[in-house]
Amino acid sequence: MHPVRKQRLWVVLSIVLFSTVAIGLAAYALRGNINLFYPPVDVAAGKAPLATPIRVGGMVVEGSVQRSDTTLETRFTVTDYQANVEIVYEGILPDLFAEGEGVVASGRLGADGVLQADEVLAKHDENYMPPEVAEALKNSATAGVTP
Amino acid sequence: MIPELGHFALVIALVMAVALTVVPLWGSWRGNYAAMRLAPTLAAAVTVFCLISFVCLAIAFLQDDFSVKVVASNSNSLLPSIYKFSAVWGNHEGSLLLWVLILSFWLAAVATLSRGLPTVMLARVLSVMGFIGVGFMSFSLFTSNPFERLLPGVPADGNDLNPLLQDPGLIIHPPLLYMGYVGFSVAFAFAVAALMGGRLDAAWARWSRPWTNVAWAFLSLGIMLGSWWAYYELGWGGWWFWDPVENASFMPWLAGTALIHSLAATEKRGLFKSWTVLLAIFAFSLSLLGTFLVRSGVLTSVHAFAADPERGLFILAFLAIVVGGSLTLYAVRAPSVRSRIGFGTVSRESLLLVNNVVFLVATLTVLFGTLFPLLMDALGQGKYSVGAPYFNAVFVPLMACLVPFMGVGPISKWRDDSVYRWRSRMLVPALVVLACGAGFPLLSDQSFNIWVALAVVLAGWLVAGLVQDFRDRNSNSPSLLRSLRRQTPSYWGMVLAHCGFALAIIGVVATSQYNIERDLRMAPGETETLAGYRFEFKETVRLRGANYLADGARFEVYQGDKLISTMLAEKRRYLASGSVMTEAAIDGGLFRDLYIAMGEPVGAGGAWAIRLHYKPMVRWMWLGAIFMGAGGLLTVTDRRYRRQPSRSAVPVGGADVVQA
Repeated sequence: MHPVRKQRLWVVLSIVLFSTVAIGLAAYALRGNINLFYPPVDVAAGKAPLATPIRVGGMVVEGSVQRSDTTLETRFTVTDYQANVEIVYEGILPDLFAEGEGVVASGRLGADGVLQADEVLAKHDENYMPPEVAEALKNSATAGVTP
Repeated sequence: MIPELGHFALVIALVMAVALTVVPLWGSWRGNYAAMRLAPTLAAAVTVFCLISFVCLAIAFLQDDFSVKVVASNSNSLLPSIYKFSAVWGNHEGSLLLWVLILSFWLAAVATLSRGLPTVMLARVLSVMGFIGVGFMSFSLFTSNPFERLLPGVPADGNDLNPLLQDPGLIIHPPLLYMGYVGFSVAFAFAVAALMGGRLDAAWARWSRPWTNVAWAFLSLGIMLGSWWAYYELGWGGWWFWDPVENASFMPWLAGTALIHSLAATEKRGLFKSWTVLLAIFAFSLSLLGTFLVRSGVLTSVHAFAADPERGLFILAFLAIVVGGSLTLYAVRAPSVRSRIGFGTVSRESLLLVNNVVFLVATLTVLFGTLFPLLMDALGQGKYSVGAPYFNAVFVPLMACLVPFMGVGPISKWRDDSVYRWRSRMLVPALVVLACGAGFPLLSDQSFNIWVALAVVLAGWLVAGLVQDFRDRNSNSPSLLRSLRRQTPSYWGMVLAHCGFALAIIGVVATSQYNIERDLRMAPGETETLAGYRFEFKETVRLRGANYLADGARFEVYQGDKLISTMLAEKRRYLASGSVMTEAAIDGGLFRDLYIAMGEPVGAGGAWAIRLHYKPMVRWMWLGAIFMGAGGLLTVTDRRYRRQPSRSAVPVGGADVVQA
């Protein structure tokens, strides 16, 4: 083969090789590592899958936060003012986690309808609201339910 | 009065920037040298008025002028002065003004340091940068004016700066990061100017290269500071979260890394010209995309400011103009600048090509992961999030693929080389490195870890290539000192940066693999042992700072019977905003960090949720980033960039094969 063509072939082959590796890795990694957001109303209606990584978000219901005396387990309820979901989390909650504030929890839903969270994200400044929560709240407001 | 002055100065700066965009460009089109020679003066004017504007805003912050809206919502009279100053860019409006200011600094730097450039080229470069300035100044003025007043109804005191931002690291992180982000606009401007002139040669690459290296170096340092800040300030001991905004700064860095390597090939051999131009456009577009992601609040991120769709739309439109315009220009002009230079399949050029392919693919996978949630949302497929495992699974193997080639890079020859030569050069180093890889993890008291072994092999391979190269260069040099002095700054820059990469590999892998973390409930008097360190919770204390009250947890850490360190973790409540923040206690060292953070009080008896971490070699990756940044900066001092560039085209594929 002509040397220039041969070289071009190598260039093209290496690009194809690396892109294939990347696409393969991306597809493999995407399978288990993306998770979908469900507002509490969907979870309560049984639309969320069980034992699959999902995210649930809403406002933490006032007076719902219960901390264990002996372990780091915390139970709380989030709401979109249409339905509630109970969440259990073991670990240290973020600083801005508080009753009456918006949070997003990621974890797996148990058969009892309680979300076993392995991560809880709270808002991080005064004005910011996680977009998912904001939209869930907006949707429930337009559904004619007053908060 | 002062804020109005600042506002007015920004308006003048915008007018000057418009003039800078239009007049010299018109001059370069018509061949009017008087118009072209106006460019440096106009650039200086833009800089001066941006600076005045910024200083006015800073004065408003320092003087607690709460009639200005951003001051009222982001500062407080109790705030220490240094944080009042850094609060200037601790908010959307002010940070945008900083963006503009830094762009104007780059403008001034190009205008003063590039006197040797042909007048037409300089005029075009400054015009393109002026256009970018116009975009961002009008963004600032029309959608997020930092000088907006709250009249009447001036609040008695401000809302306070977000406590997370009250930190020395955050004083310098945004300016450094922006230096990098915005610095790629220079590479972009050079690329576009070269496309306009239809002249892409080695001289162009030589002009563009130092600017690109500096921008890349600042970006490396900025990202490193951000990672370090997240580590000690966010209180959960992580150092990289693959958060969309981190990705936003990381993607230009990846593209920039490809760019500085492809520029090397373009300068030395006149190769990959159109590719280099495309990369320059790509790197800056990613910077703009990053700005869009941060400013529009479209993605859930710890960095997002309060969302405002109008702002997002503005940047998106600007992004479309810049990317669309430059790519159109590229499509029209690039076919005429194809190079006719060949190179061997086994050569330094091929290795640089591998570097480019890997970094580009890495950029695209990160881009895909970052935009995937947006894409699915736009398609109505629901609200997804892509987590760190995706990025790790994709990114880490790609980098591992890169390193074998990277090790050979320094010893390889331009144009044509042979596998046989590589083998003869690298065989002994390879064996040494493999032995180190097998032996090094045994030094740890934990069980043999294959990933750490692999990381040591890869990092060692990089260093071995550099050492072998150094020996080859100086095989007939009489003394070591003489050999050290004979090398050019750009060579040392390359060595530093590659060593930094090796350090970062070891740091990242060792921390991820050997890291031990435990969240537990501890009361004063209790003890916990972690990785051979005994943490004794001595007492809780009440503390008072300038603008906060805090609970502190005092720990004593023993190794055996020896007291290693007394550590004080804090939980602060800021007075003005009432927000709570964790201040971790860190006992740092080159080989391990001990990390204590307080959660919340648990139950009765004064117990707290406590997070204890043992993080071996975590500092190596920041050290690595510092090395990379220092390397990038060092290359600029190379004499060949200071020399007045000749106006004729430099011979391509010259004889200086020895230089990196």
